[in-house]
Amino acid sequence: MSPRRSDLESICLIGSGPIVIGQACEFDYAGCQALKVLREDGFRTIVVNSNPATIMTDPGFADRTYLEPLDLAGVASVLARERPDALLPTLGGQTALNLARELVGAGILEELGVELIGAPIEVIEAAEDRERFRAAVQGVGLDVPSSRIVTSAADLEGISLPAVVRPAFTLGGHGGGFVSTATELRRQVEIGLRESPISQVLVEESVRGWDEFELELMRDGADNVVVVCSIENLDPMGVHTGDSVTVAPQQTLADEAYQELRDAACAVIRAVGVETGGSNIQFARQRDTGELRVIELNPRVSRSSALASKATGYPIAKVAAKLAVGYSLDEIPNDLTGTTPASFEPALDYVVCKFPRFAFEKFPGADRTLGTQMKSVGEAMGIGRTFAEAFCKAMRSRELDPGAPTPWSDLADRPEGLHPFFAGELDRIADALAGLASLEDLVADDWLRLKRIGLSDAGIAAACDADEEEARRARRAFGVSPVYRRVDSCAGEVEAASTYFYSTWGEADEASPAQGRSVVILGSGPNRIGQGIEFDYCCVHAARSFRALGYEAVMLNCNPETVSTDYDTSDRLYFEPLGVEEVLAVCERERPVGAVIQFGGQTPLKLAQDLERAGVRIMGTPFAAIDLAEDRRRFGELLASLGIRCPDWGIGASGTEACAIADGIGYPVLVRPSYVLGGRAMRVCYRPSQVLEAFHANVSGPTLVDRFLEGAVELDVDALCDGRDTYIGAVMQHVEEAGVHSGDSTCVLPAPGLTPGVSRDLEEIVCRLGPALGVVGLLNVQLALADGELHVLEANPRASRTVPFASKATGVNLVAAACRLAAGEPLAALGLPSERAPARVSVKAAVLPFARFPGSDPVLGPEMRSTGEVMASASDLPTAFAKAERAAGRPLPTAGTAFLSVRDADKAALVPVAAALAGLGFRLLATAGTARTLAAVGLEVEPVRKLAEAGPGASIVDLVRRGRCDLVVNTPFGGSGPRSDGYRIREAALGARIPCITTVAGAAAAVHAIGNARSEAALSLQEEIGAAGDFRLAAGESGGAGLPAVRSGRPRRRA
Amino acid sequence: MSGFLALEDGTVFRGDSVGAEGFALGEAVFATAMTGYQELVTDPSYEEQLLCFTSPMVGNYGVAAGRAESRRPHAKAVLMREARGPAWTDWLHTHGVVALTGLDTRSLVIHLRERGSMRAIAVSGGSSVDEALEAVRAQPPMSGRALVAQVSTPEPWVFAAEGRARVAVVDYGCKRSILRRLAAGGAAVTVVPHDTAADELAAYDGVVCSNGPGDPEPLRDEVAILRELLGRVPILGICLGHQLLALATGLQTYKLPFGHRGANHPVLDRRSGRVLVTSQNHGFAVAPSDEREATAVSLYDGTVEALDFPELRASSAQFHPEAGPGPHDGWPLISEWVESLA
Repeated sequence: MSPRRSDLESICLIGSGPIVIGQACEFDYAGCQALKVLREDGFRTIVVNSNPATIMTDPGFADRTYLEPLDLAGVASVLARERPDALLPTLGGQTALNLARELVGAGILEELGVELIGAPIEVIEAAEDRERFRAAVQGVGLDVPSSRIVTSAADLEGISLPAVVRPAFTLGGHGGGFVSTATELRRQVEIGLRESPISQVLVEESVRGWDEFELELMRDGADNVVVVCSIENLDPMGVHTGDSVTVAPQQTLADEAYQELRDAACAVIRAVGVETGGSNIQFARQRDTGELRVIELNPRVSRSSALASKATGYPIAKVAAKLAVGYSLDEIPNDLTGTTPASFEPALDYVVCKFPRFAFEKFPGADRTLGTQMKSVGEAMGIGRTFAEAFCKAMRSRELDPGAPTPWSDLADRPEGLHPFFAGELDRIADALAGLASLEDLVADDWLRLKRIGLSDAGIAAACDADEEEARRARRAFGVSPVYRRVDSCAGEVEAASTYFYSTWGEADEASPAQGRSVVILGSGPNRIGQGIEFDYCCVHAARSFRALGYEAVMLNCNPETVSTDYDTSDRLYFEPLGVEEVLAVCERERPVGAVIQFGGQTPLKLAQDLERAGVRIMGTPFAAIDLAEDRRRFGELLASLGIRCPDWGIGASGTEACAIADGIGYPVLVRPSYVLGGRAMRVCYRPSQVLEAFHANVSGPTLVDRFLEGAVELDVDALCDGRDTYIGAVMQHVEEAGVHSGDSTCVLPAPGLTPGVSRDLEEIVCRLGPALGVVGLLNVQLALADGELHVLEANPRASRTVPFASKATGVNLVAAACRLAAGEPLAALGLPSERAPARVSVKAAVLPFARFPGSDPVLGPEMRSTGEVMASASDLPTAFAKAERAAGRPLPTAGTAFLSVRDADKAALVPVAAALAGLGFRLLATAGTARTLAAVGLEVEPVRKLAEAGPGASIVDLVRRGRCDLVVNTPFGGSGPRSDGYRIREAALGARIPCITTVAGAAAAVHAIGNARSEAALSLQEEIGAAGDFRLAAGESGGAGLPAVRSGRPRRRA
Repeated sequence: MSGFLALEDGTVFRGDSVGAEGFALGEAVFATAMTGYQELVTDPSYEEQLLCFTSPMVGNYGVAAGRAESRRPHAKAVLMREARGPAWTDWLHTHGVVALTGLDTRSLVIHLRERGSMRAIAVSGGSSVDEALEAVRAQPPMSGRALVAQVSTPEPWVFAAEGRARVAVVDYGCKRSILRRLAAGGAAVTVVPHDTAADELAAYDGVVCSNGPGDPEPLRDEVAILRELLGRVPILGICLGHQLLALATGLQTYKLPFGHRGANHPVLDRRSGRVLVTSQNHGFAVAPSDEREATAVSLYDGTVEALDFPELRASSAQFHPEAGPGPHDGWPLISEWVESLA
């Protein structure tokens, strides 16, 4: 027995920073759980995380919250200020673990007297350092793939091929890969050495094609070890587990083989010395011989442990946090049963399947081959009573865009070497579908059989050449409906009051809820570019808000990484695909007061019409408002009738028509399909050929052609409306000009370019637009400011991506307010804070995954491509901007060489930027045209030849590749041909990890920041917004609740 | 072919038959292990029982001779949500085990958990439910049933001839895994019938009282032999063997409402403070007493999991240290015992 440690009072937890490939919302989920239990236990908690879209960084979740860059200086400054007793780095992914190493290495923890808990430094080293890990594994009689540590690309003699290159200390296997020739080996080793912070890679025996298994373990201070979950990969070794379809529990190993894995896992976790907490261990197993290799061990909470938590109901992060402060497993209760301890191994009476969600459509030209480097951007999980049922649910939960290229595109698209058991199960599904001809042939037994296999109404309908609605009617006519089962962690052995459900068919239902008391919150599904953690953040707040309003919050989602799918978040969690069928079925069971659709991004909007048709009340903004805002023709007419300006536009039904419209409007134009999120297939076109190209890229019908306002300032507004009155929550200004997707641009709050006049106009427009659309809840409006005039680009009557950022920067919980409006309260009753001058400047910067997609042009444009974002606040813009860039992993250089190369249209605007750089002491390099412009105004600049230009000396691409520059400013020409010079420069900068700015506006902001950023002490969110506890919106709290955004003020009545 | 399971309280669960034809009468119980279906069905402790797997997919990895825990299946029927064949279902068919698939096993489990294990019948093919229920109600309940005689070996046999210590395993329905762990620990292992005389047993270096089916209470003769043996030779009791040892030392046993059957049961070893994740299969348990403190307890329901009688050189475990199927956390208990004999 080991009681809670009494010598610790305060604990600092490091988050994982922005969402990147390989590190997503699972660490927000982990961090939230940990903070919750640590606070319950009376610890003072301090959290550092740069990601504003996380729940863990909400002021109510920790005593002190720092949105600071997750680098050595950022965390060290927080530690120095807060002086916590301990640092817990095992819940913030690889980022937190790496920071812990750095902090120890720099002697900071020792100096400040901060103890590292959860994983001592020796354990982190032993798990991360390949050599030490191998020694530990071999010490207990197990094998790792034979391997060699390489620190120089010259040291590759005698390595047998095929092999795998794995850089040390990188995220998601970043910089690694499978190689089968000597040339490939050399190339990959070079990349790996560059990516590895310690310039070390491991070249190892290839176990490609072997079966892959993972075990999630917990160990406590008394040396008790339990296996929480086993996970089997359907994609064999060689495909990163994050990119694999996986199943839990493992399905193909007999007990003796499974126990061998369990024994090995327990031996390794002990040998590595993980004292307390969760660990994930991966094995490769040769199917026929049973030969085993230990691949890796993560002495921390991981993506797989989030999956395991959701798959079993065992809250790994929560338990890990308790173990870290001294408890033993038998002292921690199992939340789901309430009567049994955490020192058991969950028994599942269902099967769980996870599918990765890829976004290759966003990165044309990128290599889509799956390998050891993770490429997926999100995941969806399905739960069913059989493998087939779980598989089908997870597969359709991906919400693929029509025609988007992806692995596992259909049942026939299977990886090579798929285990015969799984192949047989997939055949079973395929056979069931192949046997379908007509809905009329199907009777009750057939329906039951098909549904138990996991087929959806839509899938059955498609196979019968009917529509989904018809299929559903036919099925229901036979009385075939889903039932709901509990996830209870114990296969029914112990009575559990769990409120975590999944659907299945042909069984008894478990404990139907009291009907008519709940609000159904539709989640946002798998993370993808354009729809990420921000919407989960909104859904979680919606659940909290509706609970506070006295409703039962019901969550429906299929993303295992999220806080929304924590069973603690809502009164009932339905882990289901976000399809019409599943959502209607849950609504039928719940008979909710209503459903809210405005918080889950685009996903729930697609369901709104069907919900309304089925008689489910939409709380807040109704479908009609969404439809009005999305239907460009009607929206255009509405704007015209309100006297609100928007860029000239037209809708083309054919390519020729689109070109004619473009001619009429004048180039450049913005071409895009309707109903898109994240700027999918959106293009800026400068000539008819591009319009035609863009038109044909849009497969789904009519195409919008808008005038593109070049050089305009883009503004983003998050507002609240009760149908009559409107409240401006935040006005943000984009650093990059209009034309760069709002999700990818850096944005600033308060908007620096807003004059009182423009501000008044903006307020007028938004206040007229909200009621005219019929918004009840959140409204996001994007505007362009060109020549002193405002143009409305689009209005989204739902939560926007910027809501978490805006809420944190202003201290006003916009989601909570929107929920109260949706529940019927008038705006005036909310007591929102009135106008006050914002004291600090907040900057949100996007994080882009270009390094993962070589071959795709790393340039900002109208199509969103960022995976995540960071936030930084300071007393002035340059300081906040510089901090945000640091937080985004692109620290601005303070001296050195800057290379400039811009298109003609940008040349004039570049002059002051270049002058400022020169003034800061930067040496300037430029391509011929740019150099001429700069020289003409008297700047000292050295011309460098382009790749295509013959001549002496190194080309610019060579210079960049060799790291001879510290900053690259390169704006793309009209198009960005994959083989253009600009593309090669940008790609080289990306490879050499040199900050590369692709807009002049961005460069201007960066240079301003380089010149004017000051060193400033970190300030916690609680101090910033001056609110103790949560920043909820209880009436009467309005006065001190926080800083409003620019020009907010009293609710404004419709003009 | 369709089939059904009828419980003595009249509850009926329908499914499809994938095993032997006919019917099977016994006590309906459930096990939560997620691997080891063949080991479970061949465990003699499941004699006269109808075994429901909570794990929904059963049969995924086929069958193998080496996985059998005894010469034949003992569970009379298996009840599954989703059987996978053909290897597994063929094996069930060949061995005469009634098997139902497509059954709402979770509802059955919850029913048994709430109402307790009960007599039942599994029927393959068409039959009247009323008739079936009549047959169920004519059966004796599990309480009071002595079943070891029908599963014990008739003659002594040698499992492992060589070893540092000579161990006799009294076969009340012994699992092969126990023999394997003893041999792996270095013992020469002889399996002897359940009614082997105490004098004969006392000639060995150590005696293992094995697991087995049914109620320990009516096994008066076996208990009498043990009482006579106590103190003369080191004794290790496992499962039923543990219960018999308890009875021999004057403790009581009782029937649990629905038993412990699974491979994930946490047991706290009070002496070391350590938690073992154990394999369990028992419907009866030893009643705790003030004089004799349990050395290990279940962290699920506080029931007695181990006893120690140092003065008698006897100890026992309610759980299955030999695993098969299940985690190997208990293995050292057997190897350390064998070591202590040498």
